[in-house]
Amino acid sequence: MKEIKVALIGTPNVGKSSLYNILTNNHVHTGNWAGKTVDFTRGECIKKKTKFIFYDLPGTYSIISKSKEEVVATDFIVQEDFDVAVVVTDATSLEKGITLVLQVQEMVKKVVLCVNLIDEAKKKGIDIDKELLSNNLGCPVVFTSAKNNMGLDSLLENIENVLEQNYLDINYGILNKYINIINDDIVGYSGNKKWLSLRVLENNKHYREMFRDKIKLDKNKEKQIREELLNVDIPLEIVIKMKREVKNKLKGVVKKNSNNNLNKERKIDKILTSKIWGIPIMLLMLFGLFYITIIGANYPSDILFSFFQSLEDNLIDGLNFLHIPTVIGDLLVNGVYKTLYWVISVMMPPMLIFFPLFSFLEDLGVLPRIAFNMDKAFSKCNACGKQALTMCMGIGCNAVGVTGARIIDSKRERIIAILTNVFMPCNGKFPTIIAIITMFMVGLNNIYGSLICALILTGFIFLGIVVTFGISYLLSKTILKGEASSFTLELPPYRVPKILETIVSSIKNRAIFVLVRAVKVAIPAGVIIWLVANVNIKGLSIMEYLVDFLNPVGLMLGLDGVIILALLLGFPANEIVVPVMLMCYLKTSTLIDFTNIEALKNILIVNGWTIKTAICFILLMLFHYPCSTTMLTIKKETGSLYYTLIAFILPLLVGVILCMVVNIIF
Amino acid sequence: MTITLDKIKKDEEVLIKRVQGEEDIKRRFLDLGFVPGEKTKCVLVSPFKDPKAYFINNNIIAIRDKDAKNIEVFYERD
Repeated sequence: MKEIKVALIGTPNVGKSSLYNILTNNHVHTGNWAGKTVDFTRGECIKKKTKFIFYDLPGTYSIISKSKEEVVATDFIVQEDFDVAVVVTDATSLEKGITLVLQVQEMVKKVVLCVNLIDEAKKKGIDIDKELLSNNLGCPVVFTSAKNNMGLDSLLENIENVLEQNYLDINYGILNKYINIINDDIVGYSGNKKWLSLRVLENNKHYREMFRDKIKLDKNKEKQIREELLNVDIPLEIVIKMKREVKNKLKGVVKKNSNNNLNKERKIDKILTSKIWGIPIMLLMLFGLFYITIIGANYPSDILFSFFQSLEDNLIDGLNFLHIPTVIGDLLVNGVYKTLYWVISVMMPPMLIFFPLFSFLEDLGVLPRIAFNMDKAFSKCNACGKQALTMCMGIGCNAVGVTGARIIDSKRERIIAILTNVFMPCNGKFPTIIAIITMFMVGLNNIYGSLICALILTGFIFLGIVVTFGISYLLSKTILKGEASSFTLELPPYRVPKILETIVSSIKNRAIFVLVRAVKVAIPAGVIIWLVANVNIKGLSIMEYLVDFLNPVGLMLGLDGVIILALLLGFPANEIVVPVMLMCYLKTSTLIDFTNIEALKNILIVNGWTIKTAICFILLMLFHYPCSTTMLTIKKETGSLYYTLIAFILPLLVGVILCMVVNIIF
Repeated sequence: MTITLDKIKKDEEVLIKRVQGEEDIKRRFLDLGFVPGEKTKCVLVSPFKDPKAYFINNNIIAIRDKDAKNIEVFYERD
């Protein structure tokens, strides 16, 4: 079979990842903000006896810069291990993409231009002359709308049939002479010598180092060149000449009919970022998100629980029929099965509601506005405004938030974002916190129960935000000392996502992913819980020894030994904290019923719970070490055991201090 | 008269004169389209006055005042 390797290159946020997903049937989650793809991914697609292998590179404004994602993209292009480069641009803002096209044409001989979001451009009254553009650029141009599956066949056809082009030869004016001089001293370089000469001229250390053995320019000669060019700002000169070329290539290509949409967007932006309403609207969105999740998840959770419970007897009968020893059967049913269905029934419904809603806001383009609104506070903490984006992702899943911190260029600021991400409670903590709020702070028969519950939850998240700022500030004054680096953030146009697709893809890519992880953890956890509760030493179970041992620590924090044990056993996944806790209280050696929240409350009260216990529990639930998956992600992202350790201790310390303070005050 | 980008009034169009500052930030600004001769204007101000967002190269880019100081601009009528 014929094989074609294709590099997908594009400026940030042009729908490149969507295009990639559709072409390769892959599931990179896309979001409406710049820098969502931080590493490249590989995917395949087979069409009529031809195998296309796609490499989705991170979005870049240019391929001569130095930020992490840009180096990933440029390095890939420089290695030349592909056949065709497809540059994806945004039809609504062609100019910003064409620069990238020209830069690629300076390095690659087979280029196809894919003008994406063509439907959006039409809606905005933008007309693009395809023939003229193709003639000017000297490469095939394809119009697509990945969202609507438009133009993709034509894209594949063009990729397959594209002919070799000449490297683009831009007139760099005063620099031409020196480019020619350096060209003569480049030996054995398989790509375009002119490109490498330009990198030498602008003294790009990364590429000078990479091609050290190819650049034979001697020091005296270079010194002379530098002296002659002393008064020329070389990078600026390159950019200006490039810009002129872009204007030439685009002459007469784009026709705009009206600017109505742009004005409408500015109006929405003015409200979302207004002095009075900006912050309240953000909190209101957060509140709405929780409220819908809470009311929506109630009934399905109950139904799932009853369903799984009703299967329990059948399962026991089945195991008996197979002559499985009673002890093993008990372990399987009361240990594994019960933990498993607890996690599924409590976790799945809120996730199935929360993730699509969250994805909707994300795809719409709201998140960058939140970052814009909150940046001042981050700047005061010497941190990066993009940290707000990682915090939003953390509400979905802390591990995702930690990975997302890659969008922050400065290493110092990135680590601040990683270390503080856990202060945003993840999805897995919500059901537990909501249950405790309902029992102890709202009252069970309150008709506005869900509303008040969502309000209190929003309050706790707000506390999380405040703590994030406080700790970020402290970090930037102590172990991560430094000034805020430069910050630029693109505010992308709003894009109304396709509702059904958003739901399907967010469930498929996120909810199921998190759920499968929780299930994987719940099975071994179920075994451990059962063993701890059922293995007796001198008449007492291991669990009772542990609880007694932990009790003094618990009391100091306004809690008790059982809660501490539950939090310890919950390290692999926060979802199992409550079932473990209840099991300990009841000493029934198995997990108990969840459907009757009143009965649950009574169990807690009988075991000495008061409103103080509830507050301390929620605080410690919010602020303790990250779950094991997040810890592994932190280790991977920081590459440092030291920071991983701090990520573990820091939130725990905050939680312990807060609990002790509450314990003393009450 | 030359002023820096962070000082311009909202919704007033200016021309870029010069981009200064450290290599990295300068490079980033150039990539984003802040090139001498180009037009830009401030279109949004965040709730706490800083950062502001600018329309450049058909794009909206948020920049902190501290960084915007590196971009020198002038009003076209001058």
